[in-house]
Amino acid sequence: MISVHLPVLQVVVPLMAAPTCMILRNGKAAWVLALVITWAAFAVALSLLLQVIHGGPISYAIGGWAAPWGIEYRVDMLNAFVLVIVTSIGALVVPFARASVEREVASDRIYLFYTMYLLCLAGLLGITITGDAFNLFVFLEISSLSSYVLISLGRDRRALTASFRYLIMGTIGATFYIIGVGMMYMATGTLNMADLAARLPAMADSRTVHMALAFLTVGISLKLALFPLHLWLPNAYAFAPTAVTVFLAATATKVAVYVMIRIVYTVFGGPAIFEQVPIDKVLMGLGMLSMIGASLVAVFQDNVKRLLAYSSLSQIGYMILGLSLANVNGLAGGIVHIFNHAMMKGALFMAMGCIFYRVGSVQIDALAGLGRRMPFTMAGVVVGGLSLVGAPLTVGFVSKWYLIQGALDRGLWPVALVILVSGLLALVYVWRIVEAAYFRPSPDGASEIQEAPLSMLIPLGVLSVTCIVFGIDATATMDVAFAAARALIGGAP
Amino acid sequence: MDVPGLYNYWIVVVLMMIGFYVVIAQGNLVKKIFGLNIFQVGVFVFYISMGKVDGGTAPILEEGFKVYTNPIPSVLILTAIVVGIATMALGLALVVRIREAYGTIEEDEIEKQEGEVP
Repeated sequence: MISVHLPVLQVVVPLMAAPTCMILRNGKAAWVLALVITWAAFAVALSLLLQVIHGGPISYAIGGWAAPWGIEYRVDMLNAFVLVIVTSIGALVVPFARASVEREVASDRIYLFYTMYLLCLAGLLGITITGDAFNLFVFLEISSLSSYVLISLGRDRRALTASFRYLIMGTIGATFYIIGVGMMYMATGTLNMADLAARLPAMADSRTVHMALAFLTVGISLKLALFPLHLWLPNAYAFAPTAVTVFLAATATKVAVYVMIRIVYTVFGGPAIFEQVPIDKVLMGLGMLSMIGASLVAVFQDNVKRLLAYSSLSQIGYMILGLSLANVNGLAGGIVHIFNHAMMKGALFMAMGCIFYRVGSVQIDALAGLGRRMPFTMAGVVVGGLSLVGAPLTVGFVSKWYLIQGALDRGLWPVALVILVSGLLALVYVWRIVEAAYFRPSPDGASEIQEAPLSMLIPLGVLSVTCIVFGIDATATMDVAFAAARALIGGAP
Repeated sequence: MDVPGLYNYWIVVVLMMIGFYVVIAQGNLVKKIFGLNIFQVGVFVFYISMGKVDGGTAPILEEGFKVYTNPIPSVLILTAIVVGIATMALGLALVVRIREAYGTIEEDEIEKQEGEVP
């Protein structure tokens, strides 16, 4: 009986838990609540994915008001997969956060951290699950506003300016999004995505619809930090508390990529719209610029968190490239990279959290000799790093394989070349971290540095093992990604 | 093109451009927030204009009225106004914290201070 209501529970439970944390006014109690709620959300997401695999898409009418008048929650293969990604990271970050947050956030603000964390999670899940274009905006702002607060909790005062910059750019992005939604509403008179998808192709040559797509693309690109709209991201990731960085890097930009796929393929009818508006070419160019440019900048960073933030920008380029290839292999590669990158970047940032916990710095020089002092943490870094490079037997290899196949299917061999070059650049910056950790002697007086506490190592271990397990046998993730990609491309009229 | 008839859309464009320009050109963080707000107000006016039906009344069932204005865009924008207020409040709160941490709310002075510490 309750399983009928799972789609709405997915969002409402974390949403209600957030103010409860606020009322508790106690860091420990808030942590326990967050732990229970995030794992419950993960269970709900898994059961939704199973329901979709066995029974096809689920539609849920909020409050019993039928779509298109009421708000519809619609779960299909694509967003069920994204829900699992977001909730799994959400569930793993909480046990990790306990020690990390105590170290990095003022003790009287810890319960506020969990309040905002749950609110952000609720927002991201809402964005993913909703089938209504305006409802998506509301959830987008819920997740954005709470992530501004989360970033500003960092101890470094530069966290404040990073958060402010993100607030300005994020709000402009969200406002562009509602302008786009408004234009779609002007043209069609509906906000329901399925309804929009049915009506938009008939007016695909209208100027209003073209402008709507343009505004939506720019707005979402700001949110997912596509070059050249990425300026808010590096400082936000570098100065936020590490638990926040793990969570945002692994989920927030991924959800924005999902929104882009949803708008371009489901709402605007996929490859057909590209003949009217050459948005695929623009995205492909910008995606490749991100892949190369951000990797180049990453090579020269001395703060490892900043280095990884730039690496995230280049990895987002891969996802956007997959989207822009507009064939099943490329799109599936992009979708599976959402999962793969969440796992590897989650592992890498968690390892940075462990290092900060013990060493108190994430400058590359501070990593000297850590390979021996913190062997498990650095093993996590190596696995995550190899995945970034795209070494065989890691998840990075799987997504690159399908992206390259997608590029070659279209006869775009220069694109395949760019993917390889970007992988080599990743090798350079990953090598800088590995070299410092394993081949430099530890500085004097560092002998008391030991391995991070188990509560931080276990989530890190889980993510690292996932990177390898799904790299060796990617059938499970690829099946879902291919089913989602086929539904998106084949479903287009 | 019927410019006078579409004048509210021109106001929307002008408001949005003013707001956007203030966000980009002003170095004062409080002014940036206000620019952002003007930008958003432009969008609010856009939605409300779009729902207006010529000669329509407020959508209340009443004898003698047949044409109603579409209430949905207005309702949507009520939500967006709430979001806008939340954004503005959070932005101003951040400005207060920035002023406590840096002693200034001018962007160039903050950047100068950030350049000094590694």
